[in-house]
Amino acid sequence: MEAYINGIGCVSPQNTLDNNCFLDEVVEHNSDFLQCVAPDYKQFLDPKLARRMGRVIKMGVASAKIALRQANLENPDAIITGTGLGCIQDTEKFLTSVIENDEKLLTPTSFIQSTHNTIGGQIALMLGCNHYNMAYVHSGSSFETAMIDALMLLAENEAGNILLGGVDEITQHRFEVIKRLDYLKDESINNLDLLKSDSKGTIGGEGAVFFALSKVRSEKSVGKIQSVSTFYKPNSSNEVEKQISDFLGNNSVDLVVLGNSGDNRTDYFFNDLQKSIFANIPQVGFKHLCGEYFSSSAFALWLATQILNKQTVPEITCLNDMAVSEIKNILIYNHYRGVNHSLMLVSIC
Amino acid sequence: MERVFVTGIGTISAIGNSVQEAFSSLTSAKSGIGEITILDTSHRGELVVAEVKLTNQQLSNLAETPFDPLLSRTALLGMIAAKEAIINANLEHVSDLRTGFISATSVGGMDLFELFFPNLLEKEVKTKIADVITHDCGDGTEKIADYLGVKGYMATISTACSSSANSIMLGARLIRNSMLDRVIAGGTDALTKFTLNGFNTLMILDREHCKPFDQNRKGLNLGEGAGFIVLESEKSAKEKEKLSELRGWANANDAYHQTASSPDGIGNFLAMNKALGINSISPEEIDYVNVHGTGTENNDQAEGTAIKRIFGENVPKFSSTKAFTGHTLGAAGGIEAVFSVLAIQQKTIFPNLNFSTPIEGFGITPETEVQREVEVKNVLSNSFGFGGNCSSLIFSGC
Repeated sequence: MEAYINGIGCVSPQNTLDNNCFLDEVVEHNSDFLQCVAPDYKQFLDPKLARRMGRVIKMGVASAKIALRQANLENPDAIITGTGLGCIQDTEKFLTSVIENDEKLLTPTSFIQSTHNTIGGQIALMLGCNHYNMAYVHSGSSFETAMIDALMLLAENEAGNILLGGVDEITQHRFEVIKRLDYLKDESINNLDLLKSDSKGTIGGEGAVFFALSKVRSEKSVGKIQSVSTFYKPNSSNEVEKQISDFLGNNSVDLVVLGNSGDNRTDYFFNDLQKSIFANIPQVGFKHLCGEYFSSSAFALWLATQILNKQTVPEITCLNDMAVSEIKNILIYNHYRGVNHSLMLVSIC
Repeated sequence: MERVFVTGIGTISAIGNSVQEAFSSLTSAKSGIGEITILDTSHRGELVVAEVKLTNQQLSNLAETPFDPLLSRTALLGMIAAKEAIINANLEHVSDLRTGFISATSVGGMDLFELFFPNLLEKEVKTKIADVITHDCGDGTEKIADYLGVKGYMATISTACSSSANSIMLGARLIRNSMLDRVIAGGTDALTKFTLNGFNTLMILDREHCKPFDQNRKGLNLGEGAGFIVLESEKSAKEKEKLSELRGWANANDAYHQTASSPDGIGNFLAMNKALGINSISPEEIDYVNVHGTGTENNDQAEGTAIKRIFGENVPKFSSTKAFTGHTLGAAGGIEAVFSVLAIQQKTIFPNLNFSTPIEGFGITPETEVQREVEVKNVLSNSFGFGGNCSSLIFSGC
């Protein structure tokens, strides 16, 4: 099961809207959490419509439209979204009004937009797309489970072109929840220092990345997803190593993208492999650029595809100083809080 | 292509804590809709719902798991139904072969999050870390999977009211494509203030018992519960009793409105039509349709129109079981999958309660009395939801 990537729309805390640029100017965030650089939504949405939409829906719609435009695709055969929290801002907004108004005299707008499939539903509505539409909401595997479905649909010949996305937003309330859950650093830090820190906690982030996938290669193709796999609560780095070797089979890897989050309670999975099986290949990190969030693997896939296309590795992403030669195959290994682990193999095409 | 068999079913809802209890209620016209006594809401005495009449402590006892204040009601309901399905399928070792677990839910752990959230709004209150709640849907799925001892492939789906039909559809596809040998699939949702108030502001709740497909229908009643089924490949099921074969599934989008269905029910039509096509089943072969039938003006109109387009003059026997269980949202497709399998196994068609007047100019009438000893070979089960999501499943006798 495989898929060609024909277009990518990446809305993130970095300047990633234009795929001709590649982290030329890195954005530093000195705030509690990383929020996306907002696109000019007028380019993608009727302003009247946009006013009523939650921020995450707008992020999703904008990134989907960029991906479709790049792939020169009008209407996909399926829309599949991975999102850990869906429309959390609208959820919080409605819940706040339920509590503050003691369940009386409420308005439905934020409730209507709160369902996890709103982003995919809104994209279908705008495109008039009557086809397959799914929303995967499995924590740190949200994007990966969505991708497994996408690859399977292509293999089944149920779809020729698919819009696949990973979308999550962060809000002030969400920040406070994960802060109290002890997921974050005690002190707020500059995001670019995240992977240099040796302390507990990470930094919260968000993003909306959509991919236009195709069963067949075209002149638009910018990369090829070879395979994807998820696994749950491995006991040790050794178990991860076994998973990786089973996953790769005979495939060689020229560069690895790792999901180090700066949290020394769970980064040992990465650190152990950085010293062993990945010691002799270039290693790249990304969570200092986008922050930690459920569907961050989608940002990692954007990064890997850009590296394959440009054949350059931005210095800001380098985790070691191995010299980079020709990059044909990239392995992405990510995990969320040590619980949801995933592997993706992506290649030039 | 692998065939996909159902070898176990499990459910809990307002009409019973097990498949046996649900069947007994379904065949004796015993509805689970009534006054609110468990959910803490200011709508008590004003709205009716279909509650599972057990506290979280009692649900924990039923699940034989220690009471944990941080375990959501959604997860507890899911544990009970999924465990029943596994026992029914005689699965002693869920970790052998390639076993997956797929759950679906609309709001996940919202039942706990809405209790915790006021603390968060009052910033000066310092909640202990141990009491902080995150309501993300995947967390509940993992709690159920840990309880069942499944560690392989795992996924959570949330497509509003069609969620668990999609979960079952995904399970079937994973087996058909030989990616897994066995999948426990379904969904769970607890009643919450969040959803009760949400549907109330949309003004689609009937203050009395809902009347699906009736001319004078006034809306839906919310319910809670869970429904899971065990799906197995031929290799995995071996000599085991096969309750049913899952022979059709489809997912389409109405692409009409975020919450309302299109007048012609295009999404509903596409889902049913495509489900029939998976194994080339003709509409005449369908003996019973367990309709989505929420009892809202809009749903029943759209669904009825699409059914007429599929079946023409020969609309099969159909009924909505929502007047028994209420609309259990993300769990509905799972619970109704269990009912569909029961219809085949027990040769029974369940009644559509509270129906008296056919919809004007519509010409289709649901079954109002329980029917026993009828040949039910193929059942079509519909689940439609917000976001335009429409899914249909077809269960067949073995």
